[in-house]
Amino acid sequence: MNVGSLNALIAVCLIYVIFLFGVAFAAERAAMRGKGGLLKLPLVYTLSLSVYCTAWTFYGAVGYAARSGLEYLTIYIGPSLVLFGWWWGLRKMVRIGRSQRITSIADMISSRYGKSNILAVGVTVLAVIGTTPYIALQLQSVTTSFAVFSGAPESPGTLTATALWVAAGLAVFTILFGTRNLDANERHYGVVMAIAVEAIVKLFALLAVGVFVVWGIADGPSDILNRIDNSKIANWEIQGGRWAGLIFLSAAAILCLPRMFQVMVVENENEDHLRTASWAFPAYLMIMSLFVVPIAVVGLDLLPAGANPDLFVLTLPLATGNEGLAMLSFLGGFSSATSMVIVAAIALSTMVSNHIVMPIWLSTSDGNGATISGDVRGVVLMSRRISIVVVLLLGYIYYRVSGGGTALASIGLISFTAVAQFLPVLVGGIFWRGATRLGAIAGLTVGFVLWAYCLFLPSFGPDVVLSSNLLEYGLFGFSWLRPQALFGITGLDPLIHTVFWSISLNTLAFFLVSLLSFPEPLERLQGAQFVNIFEHSSRTPTWSGGVAKSEELMVMAQRILGAREAQVLFAREAERQGLSGVLPEPNAAFLQVLERELSGSVGAATAHAMVSQIVGGASVSVQDLMAVANETAQIMEYSSQLEVKSDELERTARQLRRANEKLLQVSEQKDDFLSQVSHELRTPMTSVRAFSEILRDSEKLSEEDKRRYSGIIYNEAVRLTRLLDDLLDLNVLENGRVSLHTQEAVLKEVLDHAIETALSGSEAKLKVERSKSALILIETDLDRLGQVFINVIRNAQKYCEAESPKLSIVITEDVEQVLVDFIDNGTGIPHEAQEMIFDKFARMNPQKAGGAGLGLAICREIMQRLGGDIAYLPGQGGTAFRVTVPHRMRMAAQ
Amino acid sequence: MRPPAQTVFLERQTYRRRRLIDLIKILPLIGLVLWLVPLLWPTEGAEQVSSANATIYIFAIWFVLIVAKALSVNAFNAGGSQKDDELKGDERGQS
Repeated sequence: MNVGSLNALIAVCLIYVIFLFGVAFAAERAAMRGKGGLLKLPLVYTLSLSVYCTAWTFYGAVGYAARSGLEYLTIYIGPSLVLFGWWWGLRKMVRIGRSQRITSIADMISSRYGKSNILAVGVTVLAVIGTTPYIALQLQSVTTSFAVFSGAPESPGTLTATALWVAAGLAVFTILFGTRNLDANERHYGVVMAIAVEAIVKLFALLAVGVFVVWGIADGPSDILNRIDNSKIANWEIQGGRWAGLIFLSAAAILCLPRMFQVMVVENENEDHLRTASWAFPAYLMIMSLFVVPIAVVGLDLLPAGANPDLFVLTLPLATGNEGLAMLSFLGGFSSATSMVIVAAIALSTMVSNHIVMPIWLSTSDGNGATISGDVRGVVLMSRRISIVVVLLLGYIYYRVSGGGTALASIGLISFTAVAQFLPVLVGGIFWRGATRLGAIAGLTVGFVLWAYCLFLPSFGPDVVLSSNLLEYGLFGFSWLRPQALFGITGLDPLIHTVFWSISLNTLAFFLVSLLSFPEPLERLQGAQFVNIFEHSSRTPTWSGGVAKSEELMVMAQRILGAREAQVLFAREAERQGLSGVLPEPNAAFLQVLERELSGSVGAATAHAMVSQIVGGASVSVQDLMAVANETAQIMEYSSQLEVKSDELERTARQLRRANEKLLQVSEQKDDFLSQVSHELRTPMTSVRAFSEILRDSEKLSEEDKRRYSGIIYNEAVRLTRLLDDLLDLNVLENGRVSLHTQEAVLKEVLDHAIETALSGSEAKLKVERSKSALILIETDLDRLGQVFINVIRNAQKYCEAESPKLSIVITEDVEQVLVDFIDNGTGIPHEAQEMIFDKFARMNPQKAGGAGLGLAICREIMQRLGGDIAYLPGQGGTAFRVTVPHRMRMAAQ
Repeated sequence: MRPPAQTVFLERQTYRRRRLIDLIKILPLIGLVLWLVPLLWPTEGAEQVSSANATIYIFAIWFVLIVAKALSVNAFNAGGSQKDDELKGDERGQS
């Protein structure tokens, strides 16, 4: 080969990369227009999973097979089993990933264990350490294949230069498509499409080489089987421990590798795709591994003994002069390497920026950085770009340090073992609610220390990191601490030794510390959500937006996205729904778009919680629960308010009932009163009519009779008038229309005047005695008060049946009021009549009295008007009334 | 919060669906057992299994599993609408 073919190779690479750019760009555009039809195919999802098959598969599997026979199959059997068993574990993981908006494996683990940032940082660091050798492996394979293809001498200088160029090119591609936009769902449509295309390229390339080998070089399958029988890998010589251990390891790896988590969980567009992938991805793996053994066997046959079996895929076509096929094969290897590096770099940069850079940045920017949306986005993107560069640089450095000499397979297995340490914590977190944060930290720490001590550090060879002395005699000279023979168990394969001890002690530490520690509230909440995900979430977290109000969403979106952007977004969505105006229907599709848009600014969880607050969420995250707790408090407050209100209503109802009873009573009283009034009026009217008839009809009446009858008529008329006067008076008083003339006077004078008036013009003798302390000043309507006094005194005069009637008036005074007691020496009023006497028309003995029985009723009305009272005073020997007069009539009495 | 008691006997369609899920669940376990059979093979001596036969054995399992899986998943997809309740009910049964 010459410089010309090297140039051709570079040109092909560039064209291929540009083609990939085109694919990614087109996919991104389609997704932006909401048309990503191709992306919605389960096939694309399945193909994107093929990022599992890296350059290690493409080149390394053949090398592996040439060295260890069928053992390489374990690397594909493990993942096949995991995908076959999607119902058991993957289904749950993907559901959790979607409903919790998980962005990476570190996010998954930290979310499960109470959003612990320590755990996230730990997992991130470990993932970077575990992935770095793997990236180095890809750089190495691309570089060597480059060298082999171009036939350039494998001088270390050119190789490392190529590796650096490749690393830089991959960094640029990853940055361009991995961090073009910040979308908190962490979906990279362009990248997914590109790796799906690469998946086809590498499958096609390997199949092409395989077909060429089987039917071009050999004579078909039976010949291949013969060649296998005659090769050095003719017999099954695989240790049982390695066979089972590697199947376990690769099964763990497909769950735990950051890049696999990225394509399998984070980039998952639809959970149903997993079902298709559950058989289609194993099929892909099967086809990928189908021609591995034939290529290895034929390569061992044809190529010289010293040839590197890791490059048979490339060297076989070259050796037989098929440059085109070799070129295709090179592109296949290139595809495998680039897709792995791109996805791994995206996954790692997401983890680094989300869990390491952002927390630091937010804590150093005085906490006000989060409120400025544009600012945050810029920082996140920048930190991701830098992380991508750093990750690739680390891979390059590892490649330089390790010298690129180790066989591809062993590097890959070192990485697998590192990330497999996540498995206990991951699986325990999904299925066991008792798993705690401290347990997770303990398990991961134990696992990684053992991995580093037993596998990673010794892998650099004796005396590079670990001294050969230590390797041979153990740490501090303890032979049971020898890195490759822990606890004195020798003779194990170093890899299986590490896998066994690290995973089992990891699990044990995780389990024991979980048992002994107590989780924080958030941990318990998240634990319940993760473990019981199928009871908590709907199949896919879609919104049922029937109740949402577009206007409220608009208000919220404007606050976060900015007024202009929000309006544009809403108008666009409205147009898509075929509506005129700016407000779209809040259907599930729109809400998903909106939420995705928002999460770019405020983070997925926050955006989700915000939308769910307005819409009423379909799936719950911790933030939702917090919000729910908040809402619950509000509801409780509201219900307590309701309770208060209902108490109030009940009270009011009671009052109304009482008022109603009173009204009924009043109505009855009124009826009684009317009938009484009619009766009272009728008696005098009857006599007036009778005597006036006599006067009119009898002509022989003597003058004396005439005068007598006229007198009766006159008296009855007077009685009627008085009755009517009293009624009017009472009416006025009762209706409160009486106007009071307040004056100030000494009580004694009022009393004197009343006695004088009451006793004048009466023949009966009533002796009135008064207590002396009567010099009390009162302010009230004196005429009305006098009227009361007169009435009471006249009653005593009329009704006292004693031989020598006597009325004693006792005046007592206290702070607020003056009590005037009128006590005569009569027989008193029987108990049952005491309350009745104040009723209208109530008379003890109608024969004797000439009045209408309204006097005391009027008195009571007057006294109540004046702010005092009049009541019967029992137990005084005779009839006694107590008049209560306030010192100063309250204005309220008006 | 216990879910309301589930009916013990289901209609034919639901019953079939449950058995389909059982199949989907058991297939990987069958695969695992079959693929661990090589542990029993002798690695030394005259009775070693040839790599050619081993290859055929392993790939045959693979192929059968893929086909079985594809068929069962397709049947499952075809049963569409009522799957939500199914999945939930099934989950309860598991835990």
